[in-house]
Amino acid sequence: MATAASGQQQHPLGIYLKIWILLFVLSMFSYMVDYFDVQGVMRWTLVLLFMALKAGFILAIFMHVVWERMALALTILGPPMILLLLIFFMAIEGNYTEGARVQYFGHDANRAPLHVEH
Amino acid sequence: MSHSSTVDASVSGSSAPAADGVTGFINDWSADKQTYHVPWGKAMMWIFLVSDTFIFSCFLVGYMTVRISTADPWPLATEVFALSFFGSEPIPLILIAIMTFVLITSSGTMALAVNYGYRKDKKKTVILMCATAALGATFVGMQMYEWSKLIGYGVRPWGNPWGADQFGSVFYMITGFHGLHVTGGVIYLLIVARKVWLGHYEKKGYEIVEITGLYWHFVDLVWVFIFAFFYLL
Repeated sequence: MATAASGQQQHPLGIYLKIWILLFVLSMFSYMVDYFDVQGVMRWTLVLLFMALKAGFILAIFMHVVWERMALALTILGPPMILLLLIFFMAIEGNYTEGARVQYFGHDANRAPLHVEH
Repeated sequence: MSHSSTVDASVSGSSAPAADGVTGFINDWSADKQTYHVPWGKAMMWIFLVSDTFIFSCFLVGYMTVRISTADPWPLATEVFALSFFGSEPIPLILIAIMTFVLITSSGTMALAVNYGYRKDKKKTVILMCATAALGATFVGMQMYEWSKLIGYGVRPWGNPWGADQFGSVFYMITGFHGLHVTGGVIYLLIVARKVWLGHYEKKGYEIVEITGLYWHFVDLVWVFIFAFFYLL
């Protein structure tokens, strides 16, 4: 951790190149999920998994968080955790609104979107 | 810039922290002394990026809320962003995939620029930073093309031909704000690259390249979430 202590982030080039290739591969996988029209639970699982891995590698390696001291790392990663609560609350709120629109305003929640004419 | 010299002294001096991990965390926060053992500019960039995280999160959570709460069907991103080349069948989402690869490539060149900066290789740093800026400009150009295509289809912030009205407002708001960040990043990169080229950081050190890199990687990081939530799900 001598690098973090001196305030400089110097690491071998190899690790950046490896992560770079990995990000390409993960993006390719994400795109393949759409290209092969994977749907349902599998789509959510794969898209979120590849997203989390990409975000994690960018933060940890490219942005050097894994090499930073814990005081800085927790300042970066701690506060955004409160957003999970916001997501949870707004999902409940959104579901309630949709239910009200279907139940009281006669909206049909089961229509399919129109196809796009190119 | 008197701050940098005082920070450098405390960073590289005898007060450099000894312990790591949780012990180091407690030591860093204990008593009246400097908490973050990084250059002040880097700490401030991180504080800014944390606040920016909240802005983009508000947009994405807002998007989630309107998408859940509307009873109308959500337009199919895979069809909306399909593109045909030379009269071929439309390839689903291809423009967005190319944009994603352009942005990841730019993140890679930026990471290398930071590395060569700390090696004091001025020429390679400047070349890689300019390459990053060029890729960023390419990304913004492709986004402009995407916008013009959607405007041509009749997508407006208040409606579109395929489904829920909110699709347009979410699209223009989120990609527009992200595009603004990329544009700002390109300008920021070019300014810093010019100063590196003129040798302004030879004595001060090349932390500024890493700080610029943090901003650039953050823009890429935000795109990872937009790509997943808006375009894929």
